[in-house]
Amino acid sequence: MSILIRQGRVVDPANGVDETRDLLVENGAVAKSSPEIKAGAETVIEAAGKIVMPGLIDMHVHLREPGREDKETVETGTLAALCGGVTTVLAMPNTEPAMDSIENVRRLFEIIQKTARCRVLVCGAMTLGRKGEQPVEAHLLERAGVVALSDDGTSVDSAEVMREVLSRAKESGLLAVCHCEDRLLSGRGVMSLGYMSTRLGLRGIPREAEFKRVERDIELAQMTGCPVHIAHVSCRESVDIIRRAKKKKFTVTAETAPHYFSLTDAALADFDTNFKVNPPLREVDDAAAICDGLKDQTIDCIASDHAPHTENEKEIEFDRAEFGVIGLETQLAAAITQLVETGTLSWPELVAKLCVNPARILGCGRGQLGVGAPADITIVDPAASWQVTKQDFASKSRNSAFLGRTLKGRVTHTIFDGKVAFARYSPSQKQ
Amino acid sequence: MKTKSAWTRKDLLDLESLTREELELVLATADSFKEVIGRTVKKVPTLRGKTIVNLFYEPSTRTRISFEVAAKRLSADVINIATEASSVRKGETLIDTGRNIEALKVDIVVVRHNCSGAAAILARHLRASVINAGDGWHEHPTQALLDMFTLKEKLGRLEGIRVSIVGDIAHSRVARSNIWGLTKMGAAVTVCAPPLLVPPAIERTGVRVTHSIDEALAGADAINVLRMQFERDTGDAFPQQLEYFKTYGITRERLEKAKKDILVMHPGPINRGIEMASDVADGPNSVILEQVTNGIAVRMAVLFLVAQANEYIHNKSEPKK
Repeated sequence: MSILIRQGRVVDPANGVDETRDLLVENGAVAKSSPEIKAGAETVIEAAGKIVMPGLIDMHVHLREPGREDKETVETGTLAALCGGVTTVLAMPNTEPAMDSIENVRRLFEIIQKTARCRVLVCGAMTLGRKGEQPVEAHLLERAGVVALSDDGTSVDSAEVMREVLSRAKESGLLAVCHCEDRLLSGRGVMSLGYMSTRLGLRGIPREAEFKRVERDIELAQMTGCPVHIAHVSCRESVDIIRRAKKKKFTVTAETAPHYFSLTDAALADFDTNFKVNPPLREVDDAAAICDGLKDQTIDCIASDHAPHTENEKEIEFDRAEFGVIGLETQLAAAITQLVETGTLSWPELVAKLCVNPARILGCGRGQLGVGAPADITIVDPAASWQVTKQDFASKSRNSAFLGRTLKGRVTHTIFDGKVAFARYSPSQKQ
Repeated sequence: MKTKSAWTRKDLLDLESLTREELELVLATADSFKEVIGRTVKKVPTLRGKTIVNLFYEPSTRTRISFEVAAKRLSADVINIATEASSVRKGETLIDTGRNIEALKVDIVVVRHNCSGAAAILARHLRASVINAGDGWHEHPTQALLDMFTLKEKLGRLEGIRVSIVGDIAHSRVARSNIWGLTKMGAAVTVCAPPLLVPPAIERTGVRVTHSIDEALAGADAINVLRMQFERDTGDAFPQQLEYFKTYGITRERLEKAKKDILVMHPGPINRGIEMASDVADGPNSVILEQVTNGIAVRMAVLFLVAQANEYIHNKSEPKK
C-alpha cells in the first residue's frame, strides 16, 4: 500500500519542516519527503492548500469501555478520534471496573485488539478502585502495558498515599497524570465560583480547589523524582505555579483542553449543561492566561478530555447533570480557530502542542513525519469553515461544548499506520 | 383587558433579562387587576378555557396558593401537582414530566424547583408558557414583582428610592430577582448579610454591600428582610440562630434609628425572633400582608401577559389583517 500526498504544506516541527512538499508513504512508514516526488502510488491525495501534519496524540480521552458502553466504546471513540485527526489516544482508567489490576488491563487490551480504529495507549489507575486509599502495583501494570497512572476524575486526597503512588510510578518508569482537585473545597459545586455563579444561583467551585492541588502534586513530584503531568489546566494561578516550577527545572508537564481557552463561564447563562465541565469553565483572564501559558511553553499539550455522556445524563437539571464534554472531533478545529487564527500560535507551535510534545511526554516515538517515521498523518483544510451539529459526530454521545458554533479548519484525511483510515469529501468533490 | 402589549415573551423565567419597559408593563397590568380583586365579584373571564398547572417540586404554600387564586380570578382551570404525589417519585425526569403535562394540552406551567435553571430548561422543551415560581437560588421573579408593586404603591415611585435587602443573599432567589428588578427601575439597592452569605462579586450587579445592619437601615425607604433558611442543608457555614438575631435581626430599637415611615417587607414565612422581632412584623411599618394581597394582582398580570404572548407566537404564521 502506497500513498502520495501532493503539494501540501507539511508542518513537521520535530524535523524543522514547514514548507510545501510531497510525501510518499510506503509500508506503513514515511518513505520520502521532498519538494517534488516523481513516483507513482496506489492512492494520490492532492493536498494543495492543505496542512499535512503528524496524526494528533490526545493524552486525555475517556473511551468508557468497559462498563459504560452506552456512552462510548473503544470502537466508536477511536472512530471519533480518526474523524478529528487523532491517531493515538491515551485512554483514561475510570472505567467500570477501573484499570487497577493486570486482569482488567489485559481485558481492555483484548477489546482494543479487536475493535480499536486508532492506536490506544492505556493509562492505569493510581489507586485500587480509584478510591485514593491503596496504591496499585505499578510495576505489574507497567508489565501489562500501561504507560501512565492516573485517578482522573478524582484526585488522590491523601498526600501520603499520593507520595507512595508517585514513588512507585517513578520506580516503574510510569508517568503520573494528575487530576488536581481538592474535593473538600470543590464540594458540591457545579461551576466556577464568581460573578456568574452569583448571577445564576449555582453552587460555585473556588479556583483554590484546583491550584492548591497543583501546587501539592508538584511538590510531591519533587520529593519522589517522579515526572508529573498536570491534566486539564483551567485557571491562571495553576499556569503561574507550573511556570515557576518549570523555571526551577522541576519534572512537570501540563495540558489544557480547548474549552478552557475557547470559552468562559459566561457561556452558562442559559444553564446549558454542555458547558458543565470539571474543572469548570473560568473567566476571561483565565482563558487569556491559558493562551499565554501555551505560548511560552508552560503548557505543553492540548488534549480533548473527551468525556462522553448520554442525553439522559446531560439533558436534565444543571445540578444533576454529569460533568464533561466530548472533544475528539472538535479539538483541532477549536485550536485552529482560537489559537492559530488569532495569531496566538503559529502552525508549527500548534503541531508541537498536539503531536510533538505529547509524543515526547508519553515516549511513544511518533508525532513527526521524518523519513522512516510511522505514517500517522492528518491532512487539514485550514480554510474550511463548518458548523458543529449534533448529527455530525461519530462519537456515541453528543455532549459538545461547541454545538452550533462555526469553527475554522477541518480534517479531510486521517492516515493511520500507512492507510487512509478516514476521508471526508466535500460535496463538490464527491461526484 | 385590552392592553396594547409590548410583552412578547412566552415565558417569565427571570427579571435579569427583562427591560425596564417590560417591568413597567407588568406593574401597570397588575394595577388594573388589583382593582378587580377589590370588587365584590372578584372574577374576570380573561383566561376562560385556559388550563394552568402548578408544578411544585418544593413544598410551598404561599406561592402556590397565590398562583391558584390568581388563575381562578382569571377564570382559568387550575391543576396542582406536588411531586410527593406524582410520577416524579418514580424517577421521571423534569423534561418528561413537562412533556406529559403539555400533552394534556395545558397552556401555562408554573414551576417551582430546587435546582437553579430548572424553569429555563423546561421552557426550552415546551410550547406551553413557563412561569418560574422559584428555581434554586436563582430567581423568583413574581415575588420580586410583587415586592416592587408594593413599594411603588406605597412610595409612589421606584426611581431613586433606597431599598435594603437583609439576610442570606447567597442562597436567595428572592434577593437576586429583587436586585435585577429594582436596579433596572432606578432604585438604589443595598444588601446586608454576614460575609459568607454575600455571594462573590455581587456588587457587579449594581448594589452596595454592607455587613452592618444599622448601615443598611440608615436612610432606607424600605427594608426587605429575607428568611434565614436554617432548615436547608446548604453545606455552607451558617451563623447560630441567636447570634444572627443579635447581629442582623430587625428589632424595634434598630428600627427607631431608621426613617420614621420605613417600609418593612418580608417574603414569608417569617421566623419570628430570628430575622425579625414579632413586634416589628406586626408593627405599623410592616407591609407584609399587603405584599401577599398584591401577589395575586401581580401573578394575574403575569399569567395574562404570557398567555397572550404565547397565543400570538403560535398564531403568527396564520395570515392576519
